[in-house]
Amino acid sequence: MHAYMTRRTFLAKSSLVIAGTVLSSRIELFNATPVQAAAHTPFKPHAFLEIGADETITVWVGQTNLGQGSHTGIPMVIADELDADWKTVQVKMAPAAEPFKDPVWHVQTTGGSTSIRHRWDMLRQVGAAARQMLVEAAAEQWQMPAQKCTAKEGKVFHPDGSSLSYGQLTVAAGKRAVPDNPTLKAPQDYTIIGTPRERVDIPDKVMGKTVYGIDFSIDNMGVAVLARPPYYGATPESHDADAAMAVKGVVKVVELDNSIGVCAETTYAAMQGREALNITWSKGSHPELNDETLDAQYQEHLTKPGAVAQNEGDVETAFAAAGQTVAQSYKLPYLSHAQVEPINCTAHVEKDRCRIWAPTQGQTVFQMTAAKLTGLPMDKVEVMTLPAGGGFGLRAEHDPVVESVLLSKALGRPVKVIWSREDDFANDYFRPANHSRIEAGLDNSGKVVAWSHKLAVPSVMTRLMPQFVKEGVDPDAVSGVLDMAYSVPNKRVEYVMMDLPIRVGFWRSVGYSSNVFIVESFMDELAQAAGADPVQFRLDHLEKGSRPYNILVQLAERTGWGDPLPEGRGRGIAVTTCFESTAAHVAEVSVGPDGKIKVDKMHCGINCGTAVYPDGIRAQAEAGVIMGMSVAFHERVRFKDGGVYTANYDEYQILRMSEVPEIEVHILEDGMKAGGIGEPVVPSVAPSIANAIFAATGVRLRELPFDTNKLSEG
Amino acid sequence: MITLQINGIKKQVDVDSETPLLWVLRDNLGITSVKYTCGIAECGICTVLIDGEAVRSCAIPVKDVGASEVTTVEGLTENHPVKVAWIEKQVPQCGYCQPGIMLQTVDFLSRQPDPTDEQIDDAMDDVICRCGSHPRLKNAIKMAAEISSKQGG
Ligand code: FES
Ligand code: FES
Repeated sequence: MHAYMTRRTFLAKSSLVIAGTVLSSRIELFNATPVQAAAHTPFKPHAFLEIGADETITVWVGQTNLGQGSHTGIPMVIADELDADWKTVQVKMAPAAEPFKDPVWHVQTTGGSTSIRHRWDMLRQVGAAARQMLVEAAAEQWQMPAQKCTAKEGKVFHPDGSSLSYGQLTVAAGKRAVPDNPTLKAPQDYTIIGTPRERVDIPDKVMGKTVYGIDFSIDNMGVAVLARPPYYGATPESHDADAAMAVKGVVKVVELDNSIGVCAETTYAAMQGREALNITWSKGSHPELNDETLDAQYQEHLTKPGAVAQNEGDVETAFAAAGQTVAQSYKLPYLSHAQVEPINCTAHVEKDRCRIWAPTQGQTVFQMTAAKLTGLPMDKVEVMTLPAGGGFGLRAEHDPVVESVLLSKALGRPVKVIWSREDDFANDYFRPANHSRIEAGLDNSGKVVAWSHKLAVPSVMTRLMPQFVKEGVDPDAVSGVLDMAYSVPNKRVEYVMMDLPIRVGFWRSVGYSSNVFIVESFMDELAQAAGADPVQFRLDHLEKGSRPYNILVQLAERTGWGDPLPEGRGRGIAVTTCFESTAAHVAEVSVGPDGKIKVDKMHCGINCGTAVYPDGIRAQAEAGVIMGMSVAFHERVRFKDGGVYTANYDEYQILRMSEVPEIEVHILEDGMKAGGIGEPVVPSVAPSIANAIFAATGVRLRELPFDTNKLSEG
Repeated sequence: MITLQINGIKKQVDVDSETPLLWVLRDNLGITSVKYTCGIAECGICTVLIDGEAVRSCAIPVKDVGASEVTTVEGLTENHPVKVAWIEKQVPQCGYCQPGIMLQTVDFLSRQPDPTDEQIDDAMDDVICRCGSHPRLKNAIKMAAEISSKQGG
């Protein structure tokens, strides 16, 4: 869809696509259990929605089920405007297709917490249009004005109390034109949005019935693993294909560009075959790269002048006039997505079509990549999205589709490529490390008058979205700094782009995941320098009545901010606005005499405008605290000899049960459009804890993961 | 040929006897609820029950299973207290880790029918859930324990 296409043409066009074309047959093909064998053609007012004569309401969702709950939230929005009976609503994953592209980004992808926020109007209109058609169809049968009829829980009611069910109206409604401008409900009339619902995908997950990408299989499918360079720029110098072929079950060894694929009848045989290849690799292009040399490189880059990302007011003059200056540096490491289901993709390349089955977050990217590799037109490439065992941004990367398409071509049969856990760590596109330095000037009243900020960070967008990188500035790398909510009259931000061989990519909450730690830690340091309370200090730099202002006030009130705490305990706060929502965290920590930190309680406040699926929001907010704490205390990818050293979860610890504190989620709506959830709930976790540790001990931790030795020294 | 006893049914497979049970279940028998994640006995996500005891299937060669009874999540009845509690407490996010954690819970509750929070922490510290379902997991474990005790074990 193009930007110039209006909503009106979109509604019409989408229903056209679904009504006439291959799309419906593809859907049948993909789903092992077709929606239902309805006697009548179901009523399909839009690509997202169909209603069967048996009352089943099917919502087709184009976003990946990564466990984030949007497969329940999206249908809730449509079903509410439709006045559906929720019990009859089922959800199906749609294949990659035009109507499922993001209306803002024009690609089908699941990221940026966009599933609902980019479709807030669209989803409601789909439901409302269908409801209007059903009501009009009933009114016509009753020969009365539609305004006299009402819809409720899957039925249209006559003023005399009699009713026709949606299922009974499918044929008549299907003959009507899709209205251009259906009336949307007022928020107070919502009956499904904002109500407690059970997540639709949970029963299958509990029964062990969900088929994730890695579980997929199709007749005659081979399984492949690949040997990839262990060091940046390394190439295979020798390998023993015969030894691999000698492993029972191995069917073919295929040399690709800079990797060697071993295809077999089973995963284990493929893995054994890869082992047997016994490859000698060259040393690679950066044999000196390791944790220490990387650190030195970052430090060196931080002394270089960077591209000017923002320059407001007159920073030099403001510093000269400032009563006090504060300067600090912060360091954040490379992070792995560490999603539990390793990367995988199944491809079947045939003469005139190519089918892909994958737990992908990037349907359009997968489709385009496969089209390019096979030379087939886009409409001959079918991408079927399977549920994913987590993703956090990694699953939009196209590597597995490249590998599986090339191997399927080479084998002439369907091939499922599986990454082992070691492959997954070694070939992840990490959240980039970030070293930053900030200097701020305070006037005598304790107001920030100057803010000079420099970041040294590799660029993710240069590789993935180069069109947005302008004059040396990657907007993702500086997100959370340029758009921080605090008003500072004189502000300068410089960005030093790091050019390293390490692969970097989008990681849950992207640039905010790093920069909010830095900004929110530094704001606390400034509050201390100004002798101010951290909440009051923030409020003094925020627009009164703005979302961050309000959430700080509300959360402070709900958490007893300012109430005295016993010795050795502390509270910390942090806030951020991103992805059209505002989140804040209050951490309560205690520190033992041995310097051991215990997070006793975490509060998460989230204002996402309208809370569509409250229990899903709560689940994501809990998850955000846990991921944020995991990052604060444990996560760091290590490098050695020019390659990734971290190989498995034993060296990449993630937060465990005994470390998880009590978590209280405060959903604070303001009635605006629904904002993002999955990402906004992460960034302010780590800084709230760092700030709480400072409050408890007087020790400021400026590096992640926290070096807790500093506390016993401190 | 190796004979296995899985969820009460005898199965015969023709595999190298060193193959980890995980891959035999997944690739040879199509029981994909048993998940691969780390392959090094670190995460607990591939857990199955062998004669009622939680075992990491990635770390046990199929030859060591012998005539023991292997239980996967399909082997628990649909109204098993653990399944009921997992749905009631809305535990899974991506859900990939859950079959293994549920089976580990079954073993844990069989030894510790009325666990304290500390005992739950202790028992669940050696499994990984990247999505962060921990608070709900904990509530579900307690609820499963309650249901079981009401049912008289
Ligand atoms: S896959 Fe077996 S313990 Fe992780
Ligand atoms: S629910 Fe996704 S890893 Fe546990």
